[in-house]
Amino acid sequence: MVEAFQNSFLGPYVGYVAAYVILILAIVLPLLIGVAYAVYADRKIWAAAQMRRGPNVVGPWGLLQSFADGLKVFLKETIIPAGANKGVFLLAPIIMFTVALLGWAVIPFSAEMVLADINVGILYIFAVSSLGVYGIIMSGWASNSKYPFLGGLRSAAQMVSYEVSIGFIIITVVLWASSFNLNDIVLSQKGTILGIINMHMFNPLLFPMFIMFFISALAETNRPPFDLPEAEAELVAGYQTEYSSMAFALFWLGEYAAILLMCALMSVLFLGGWLPPFDWAPLYVIPGAIWLILKICFLFFLFAWVFATVPRFRYDQLMRLGWKVFLPLSLFWVVVVSGYLMFFTDKFA
Amino acid sequence: MLAGIILLSGTAVILSRNPVHSVLWLILAFFNAAGLFLMLGAEFLAMILVIVYVGAVAVLFLFVVMMLDIDFAKLREGFVSYLPFGLILAGVLAAELIVAAMAAVVVGSPGEPVAPVIAAAADVSNTEALGALIYTKYAYVFQASGMVLLTAMIGAIVLTHRQRSGVKRQNIGQQVARRPEDAVIITKPGVGQGVEL
Repeated sequence: MVEAFQNSFLGPYVGYVAAYVILILAIVLPLLIGVAYAVYADRKIWAAAQMRRGPNVVGPWGLLQSFADGLKVFLKETIIPAGANKGVFLLAPIIMFTVALLGWAVIPFSAEMVLADINVGILYIFAVSSLGVYGIIMSGWASNSKYPFLGGLRSAAQMVSYEVSIGFIIITVVLWASSFNLNDIVLSQKGTILGIINMHMFNPLLFPMFIMFFISALAETNRPPFDLPEAEAELVAGYQTEYSSMAFALFWLGEYAAILLMCALMSVLFLGGWLPPFDWAPLYVIPGAIWLILKICFLFFLFAWVFATVPRFRYDQLMRLGWKVFLPLSLFWVVVVSGYLMFFTDKFA
Repeated sequence: MLAGIILLSGTAVILSRNPVHSVLWLILAFFNAAGLFLMLGAEFLAMILVIVYVGAVAVLFLFVVMMLDIDFAKLREGFVSYLPFGLILAGVLAAELIVAAMAAVVVGSPGEPVAPVIAAAADVSNTEALGALIYTKYAYVFQASGMVLLTAMIGAIVLTHRQRSGVKRQNIGQQVARRPEDAVIITKPGVGQGVEL
């Protein structure tokens, strides 16, 4: 498509930019609609878990609820606290939102459908997802108020702690796939289990890592049971207490976009990405993007399920889990996996 | 352009009055350094720079700087008395830089880049190239740098760790190991009777 644009009347430079702008929009617009429906799905799943109906008034089955909320937020007045550090205060939600969208650039939707097929794709996602903390910590500091500040500090410590174990978990998968490229990681899962299942998840050596990655992803995206940064009972709403209107909406969108990104990353690393679950020819007729979206939906359901059922952790327990349980375990598992690959396979030969 | 932004944000780090703003400018400088690495084709290094420096080190910086309660008036009080020492330090650093620059000019004639340690192979990704070099030729240096970091870490822990007595701690293993039989007594007291414990 990029070549076609470059060869058209637009010329090589304008055509290049135009083609990429269209490709980026082709990812971002469905993503934002997906985020709106993720919020709706979240509320419906919690409602179902609590025997309620959930949103059901706006549109058929309440399907337009998120858009109505978005419109309402859009029309409200932006209030900037007098004591706030204005520049940083306004920059924080923008960073949060942008960073959540950045990671999607390297997610492969099929063998060809990937915006930037770079060599170090997984490192790129890891780098970008570690930036999300800046949005939170900056908003916490710039609000110049107690609760946001405490929320920001909590979140910074939490995200840095869990990133370490996420890094080691990613390394085990990278060792298995012997590549940092996300498309190679997806393809390495083709028929790995019994020659028929296209998933790393059912690999006995990687399954514990999948569980740990899921829990770390909950912590990384500040989802319950690890939503300490915005624990209502203690911190009002944490770092977003002072935000209103569109700035608040950007946090909200960014949060859900980050959750969906984590789901996408998990499906790429452990559930076979755009590959169908079984290595069976008729299943390949369905486009890869559909499989990926189905897997993301499944994982998102798990996220919402956890939200509806598990009580919040205490902060010291959260830190204990991150540093004293996950970090040694994942480090040990890197040794186990590399030892297995070294001595029982010919991968490193 | 990237180098220009690095210089500008580096200047802003020093000039901004608010230490938190300084750290934010520093992060911008890190980002642009990663951009420079990318343009040199060292994508692995660029990503590691963002992950380690921006994602972890700068967060901790920001963390510490935000918690510090700095009194600027007090800081400026001692400015004059520290000035001579600061000037000497700056002079030494500048002299070192000049000497190093002179040495570089002598080694590599201008316009001709210094030869890389190994020739860049076209078919090897730079992650593999780095690994092949670090784990063979520089294996001992690599291990030694790891030891230095470990020592620093242990040192920091030893310096700051305080053993406090009389603090109640949660022992998760003990909690999980408790059985209902040890913890609960089921009784059925009659009307007007108490429970004997």
